[in-house]
Amino acid sequence: MTEEIVIAKDLKKHFHTSRGTVKAVDGINFSIPEGEMLGLVGESGSGKSTVAYTIMGMYRPTAGEIHFRGQDISREARKRPKALKKEIQIVFQDPGSSLNPRRSIKQILELPLKVHGLLTNKSGTQQVERLLEMVELPLDYMYKYTEAIGGGEKQMVAIARALATNPSFVVLDEPTSALDVSVQAKIINKLMQLQKELKLTYLFITHDLSLMRNVATRVAIMYLGKICEVASASEFFRNPVHPYTQMLLSSIPVVSEEEEQLKPKKVLSRGEIPSPVNVPPGCSFHLRCPVKKEFCSQDDPEMVTVGEDHIVRCHLFS
Amino acid sequence: MSESLLEIKNLHVGFDIYGGHLKVLDGVNFAVGKGEKVGLVGETGCGKTTTMKTVMRILPIPPAKVRNGEVFYKGKNLLRVNLRKVRGVKGKGISMIFQDPTAALNPVFTIGRQLMDVVRYSTGADRSGDKIRNRAIGALKDVAMPDPERILSNYPIQLSGGMRQRICIAMALVTGWEFLIADEPTTSLDVTIQDQVLRLLGNLIEEKGNSTILITHSLGIVREWTDRVYVMYAGNMVEASPTKELFSKPLHPYTQGLMKAVPKLTGEGMAEGVTGRIPNYLTPPAGCRFHPRCPHVMPICEKERPPFFDVGDAHQVACFLYKE
Amino acid sequence: MTQNSLPTFWSRKREGFGRGWYKFSRNPLSMVGLSMILLIAFLAVFAPFVSPYPKHAGVFVNFAEASQPPSLRYLFGTDVFGRDILSRIFFGFRFSLMMGAVVLCLVVPPGVILGLIAGYFKGSWVDTVIMRITDIFVAVPPLILALAICSVLTPNIFNAMMAVSLMWWPWYCRLVYGLSSSLRNEFFVEAAELTGAGRVHILFKEILPNCVSPIFTKMSLDMGWVMLIGATLSFVGLGVQPPKPGLGTMVADGRIYMPDQWWITVFPALAIMIVVLGFNLLGDGLRDLFAVEEV
Repeated sequence: MTEEIVIAKDLKKHFHTSRGTVKAVDGINFSIPEGEMLGLVGESGSGKSTVAYTIMGMYRPTAGEIHFRGQDISREARKRPKALKKEIQIVFQDPGSSLNPRRSIKQILELPLKVHGLLTNKSGTQQVERLLEMVELPLDYMYKYTEAIGGGEKQMVAIARALATNPSFVVLDEPTSALDVSVQAKIINKLMQLQKELKLTYLFITHDLSLMRNVATRVAIMYLGKICEVASASEFFRNPVHPYTQMLLSSIPVVSEEEEQLKPKKVLSRGEIPSPVNVPPGCSFHLRCPVKKEFCSQDDPEMVTVGEDHIVRCHLFS
Repeated sequence: MSESLLEIKNLHVGFDIYGGHLKVLDGVNFAVGKGEKVGLVGETGCGKTTTMKTVMRILPIPPAKVRNGEVFYKGKNLLRVNLRKVRGVKGKGISMIFQDPTAALNPVFTIGRQLMDVVRYSTGADRSGDKIRNRAIGALKDVAMPDPERILSNYPIQLSGGMRQRICIAMALVTGWEFLIADEPTTSLDVTIQDQVLRLLGNLIEEKGNSTILITHSLGIVREWTDRVYVMYAGNMVEASPTKELFSKPLHPYTQGLMKAVPKLTGEGMAEGVTGRIPNYLTPPAGCRFHPRCPHVMPICEKERPPFFDVGDAHQVACFLYKE
Repeated sequence: MTQNSLPTFWSRKREGFGRGWYKFSRNPLSMVGLSMILLIAFLAVFAPFVSPYPKHAGVFVNFAEASQPPSLRYLFGTDVFGRDILSRIFFGFRFSLMMGAVVLCLVVPPGVILGLIAGYFKGSWVDTVIMRITDIFVAVPPLILALAICSVLTPNIFNAMMAVSLMWWPWYCRLVYGLSSSLRNEFFVEAAELTGAGRVHILFKEILPNCVSPIFTKMSLDMGWVMLIGATLSFVGLGVQPPKPGLGTMVADGRIYMPDQWWITVFPALAIMIVVLGFNLLGDGLRDLFAVEEV
């Protein structure tokens, strides 16, 4: 049984604002075995990015725990041991803002090496070259600045930066959402290849279900801070049971007839996505749910198992 | 075949920058008939927004330069018309919706103020305040906004992205448009909201029988919402076809590469993307601009630029593979 | 891949400079500003060699030629001591430029560093302490502060520079505070912090490089203002002392002879105006240069 590298236990992150408490993440549980990719899917307000940031330590968890290789790391990054920062890395969504426009690519890639004392000689040129080769970027990019290179290439630099310290766990926060489809294919392929070669574990966050279908080992879908459904990738798409999952799947535009057949029958999406400041009472999805029952507006459902390695949080199944 | 409402002929547009001249649009040909929903698909940097900005005459003229070509709208060459007359056309004839609704709305004015401003300017004559207000509310109702009267006094920041985009659509509607250019209208929206907004837009267009250009880089959206598609690469139109046929039989190697690169729900794994990068517009490749990345490149591709070849019912491809 | 294929340090610097120059030179007004400044700097540096009567800049009297209107011999006329005004203006530029340069050198480093720190720790006691101190200095009307200081100490250009510095640094602190506090939330700063980079690195290698453009723009515009304040101090007798040819001093000396011997005051005043204008145009040009390009 492969070791579970990352475990989240009843993780909560609430933000207190003048307009009320934003329950961005409200009690989620998941675990990721080594070498696997957990796909976390959701729309805006679902809390998926907050999950990523809390795991990284950009936020302090309001409640609950995060475990990494058995160690409890439920703290802000500042309070975490430096060695941990080598092991857990993140690739942000927008490479334009996650790379400093005033630093050359060489400086950007050298930083993690410098910080963790991994530079083998004064100038990190050779190590930077190796990193550029790893993501198939030309070596003369070392001295370029980000304004001179395209979006896909910037993201490759961000990936190289994340992998510079040989981490074991990488959080990918919508790494290709801002990119064109042909560039996305290249980057995803590179990420999968590197995962195999370097035995990486990924938490992949996205809103693109078609992409998830092809890369994730398991998929979890989030709505307003809670996980609605978790299943292995094939099971998730073969047999989606949560009404929100079905709504999401039936809304995605596809490019072929065969895919159309695979979509659940059209669950017309309706209503607005509520803000996590006013989470509806009971099941947070009931206001938009086409099959809601009376008790859905009163009680919050619990997670139940509906199949092998397939859990759902919905009154229809409890 | 319906007569073209908008026709772009051989458009060449470039930009002057440090180091030379970017030859972006390299002979673009494009036509939209009355009542047609045309999709324009292409990746970042291919020139689709530049093309539309040229039509709307909102290109920043230096550094941009229209080197050649014509844009006919209802028979008139928009590029030759006096700028002031064009504004008349823009307001009443052609409307545009942009990608980022947050940027398109002024954050310091209420929705009502902005919407009513549009009504006032586009209908010309000064109508009474009440009539304008009612027109605005009517437009909001047309786009299925809940509680339109309250929305009028809200600020953009109080509304969600989907609502903001619907307001932009409402603003485009009140001008009595005959022709709508929607530039990536749903890219910044969530998938479920995107579905709602596109359905809404589709219904409105059907009702009025108006012509639309839907610009996007999402092939899936194009498949569901358009009648005809143009595929654009590096400043050239490379394929034009009725939508169904493009998806059942994509002909241009670039189109085929794009189709393959889209992740499929069927779960067959990620295909390879299209190898290479988009060309540098300072020194674009000679001949066919796609040839350095083409898996089927032939010697002629490096020398001559392929024109559109007819390959069937209204299906044209700019590729020497299909030269009769 | 050999080292030869990588661009060298100097070729990269040249490329960056070329690109900047291209953009800058597109704006005719910036070029005007730059030319004016270069000309003035040249005149100031080489004053002893290019001025027609270099000795007139020091202690010199020639009552025979006193109060002469502008002529071919004395292009801007002479003052009551018979000194050539044109030459004195060239030497006057020296004081002006020196004042501007020294004040900015004194003011920018501490202002920027304090601003960086306060912005990074926005919301904490560090921020409060630094910014409230800044507020105190900003609250005092600048000229009053300078006058107060100068009148207590011996009036000379050195003390004038100290006084102006004391009231100028808060503006850099505020400018950089605003930039730093918004930049610290950028993802690239987060990324560096998550990697484990220390605070010094973040402040100086991540945040500061993104502040450089507004700082330089402000410096260029400030040169004009500092010089103007310096001239004002000289005008009221607290800066450059006679017989030294400070531009403000010259304006002050000549005002009692207005309007008959107008040239004694007007030409130095025009000289001040030209210097300030030049730096303003240059500053505008720099601001446009650093503005984000859209193509």
